[in-house]
Amino acid sequence: MKKFTEIRSIATPFPRVNIDTDIIIPAKHLKSIKRTGFGDHAFETIRFEADGTPIQDNVFDCDRYKGASILVTGDNFGCGSSREHAPWAISELGFRCIIAPSFADIFAGNCVKNGILTVALPQTDVDALVLAAEAGHKICVNLPNQTVTCGNAHYEFDFNSAHKQMLLDGLDEVGQTLKSAAAISTYEDKQKLTTPWLFKA
Amino acid sequence: MPQSNKMTMYDKIWANHIVEDRGDGSALLYIDRHLVHEVTSPQAFDGLRASGRTVHRPDSIIAVPDHNVPTKDRHLPNPDPMSTAQLDALEANVKDFGLDYIPVDDARQGIVHVVGPEQGFTQPGVTLVCGDSHTSTHGAFGALAFGIGTSEVEHVLATQTLLLRKSKNMRVTVTGEMPTGCSAKDVALAIIGALGTAGGTGYVIEYAGPVIEGLSMEGRMTLCNMAIEAGARAGLVAPDDKTIDYMRGRPYAPKAGQFEAAVPFWKALSSDEGAVFDKEVMIVGSEIVPQVTWGTSPEDVVAVTGRVPAPESFSDPAKQEAVAKALNYMGYAPGTGMTEFPIDRVFIGSCTNSRIEDMREAAAVIKGRKVADHIIEAMVVPGSGLVKLQAEEEGLDRIFTDAGFQWRDPGCSMCLAMNPDKAGPGEHVASTSNRNFVGRQGPGSRTHLVSPAMAAAAAIAGHFVDVRDF
Repeated sequence: MKKFTEIRSIATPFPRVNIDTDIIIPAKHLKSIKRTGFGDHAFETIRFEADGTPIQDNVFDCDRYKGASILVTGDNFGCGSSREHAPWAISELGFRCIIAPSFADIFAGNCVKNGILTVALPQTDVDALVLAAEAGHKICVNLPNQTVTCGNAHYEFDFNSAHKQMLLDGLDEVGQTLKSAAAISTYEDKQKLTTPWLFKA
Repeated sequence: MPQSNKMTMYDKIWANHIVEDRGDGSALLYIDRHLVHEVTSPQAFDGLRASGRTVHRPDSIIAVPDHNVPTKDRHLPNPDPMSTAQLDALEANVKDFGLDYIPVDDARQGIVHVVGPEQGFTQPGVTLVCGDSHTSTHGAFGALAFGIGTSEVEHVLATQTLLLRKSKNMRVTVTGEMPTGCSAKDVALAIIGALGTAGGTGYVIEYAGPVIEGLSMEGRMTLCNMAIEAGARAGLVAPDDKTIDYMRGRPYAPKAGQFEAAVPFWKALSSDEGAVFDKEVMIVGSEIVPQVTWGTSPEDVVAVTGRVPAPESFSDPAKQEAVAKALNYMGYAPGTGMTEFPIDRVFIGSCTNSRIEDMREAAAVIKGRKVADHIIEAMVVPGSGLVKLQAEEEGLDRIFTDAGFQWRDPGCSMCLAMNPDKAGPGEHVASTSNRNFVGRQGPGSRTHLVSPAMAAAAAIAGHFVDVRDF
């Protein structure tokens, strides 16, 4: 997984509320057994007409926001399905950080596993960042300090410390957890006595 | 965090599963049960292979295909080669890793969230995960059950744990009695209407009160299924005698001897009297009426007697814009009565409403009537092969087919349009599923979420009707 420390980039403004994972990547595109190839269909209904013609001036493809690594969006982003294909698709569009007033739980968890930082800020701050993004200003997101800066504006955000460490280190989480193999085994021994019906004899 | 030694059901299940407390509110949590399906697992198994790891506890897993499977003509080759590849990958993976597997041609096959409870695999007090957000369904048994992403699927396969931050406690109490003409789906939609789709974010919701206690296990599953639609991590209902009766004799349930030991353990899971919840919500049950969604988010819901709202009726400018977009997509003008527009298609099924009780509820409305002429397609998709068999034993299939419904094989079907069952652009669908998102049932499709009785009545009338007068 790619490490995340700081990014400084222009941002794509997409200030819509309740963007669900079916909008991020429709179910019909979930049939691949690989982790890649979802970016082509990311935000499909925003980027393409039903017949596949590109929609002119959509924020994801227009020149103005080309190269943006930050997405600034609306409340409850990523609601709906648990599909990790959503962050995979977003990642392929080049985004490493999403700023919104709030995120759906499962989606936010999936982002961490894929090196994407989700920054939750109050609505008024997000509104200001949308305007800055539209104006083409660069936004700087710093994970060690948990800050977002844009021109003279400076915001601080909360972030789960365990998730922060994972993003900073770009760690293999399974490998990390397996360091606790002895604790897992001890737990199982205890459970075999208290709830034996949960284990196959 | 409330300072009290009284614990909620969620607190108890959480505490029972801590392998390592990491401080800061997070813990390495043990996972007892894992349901696996074809869509969110192939990359996880590949990850295991790539790192040379094994499945930690094969006995904690059932795998079953559901999302991609066609619901008719199963003897023919699958029309979609990518679906076939995904189904084949699941079959190869369960063989490689030695997992219990229910293949498509097995009578027990069905939607993971119908199969788990039916097999007694879902049990009170367990932690249960699946790479599917509607895993919240299993909370009906007092199990801490939630959807996870593919990386987490791999993590659970390899370690039997997840590193999680504890959610907050919310209790939604539904007082009074279940009103006539309503079922668990109407309660679920009314709760989402009250909370909003982000109202439960960061919480685990315990459903309580006389209306919830009065629900059957099937009804409780419908209710918990849609906890995720309010943004909650999970939903919970306290185990009671109905739960215990349901568990008895199921293949994966505790065997004789152990069952007697499990019962007191299950009964002790209920929230302690006086336990403090971070948020309490009261819903007056007697005020609930049959619900219909008009927009593109489950919170866009009104009573069937209601009208489509105007964007200006909301104070938040972002919500105003979202409502305007939703109305444009749905082809509705503000003020339209919910019973005024024709319905093009009817879908009774999905992990929300495809259990035997849902079949009975729909059949009771349909019996002796015919599907309206202009309906393009009306289908009933039972949640599992066992539900299908039972419905056929009760003669429900004849009631559906005599009325002009198609009687299909089990699967996720038209809930999410990643199999051959889809609605066309612009079509209005009366659907017992859980999400009315843009394009959810096919590009351009317009979904209205309703109960099985309301969907059945809409099929007959050709438009929504108040099922209480039908």
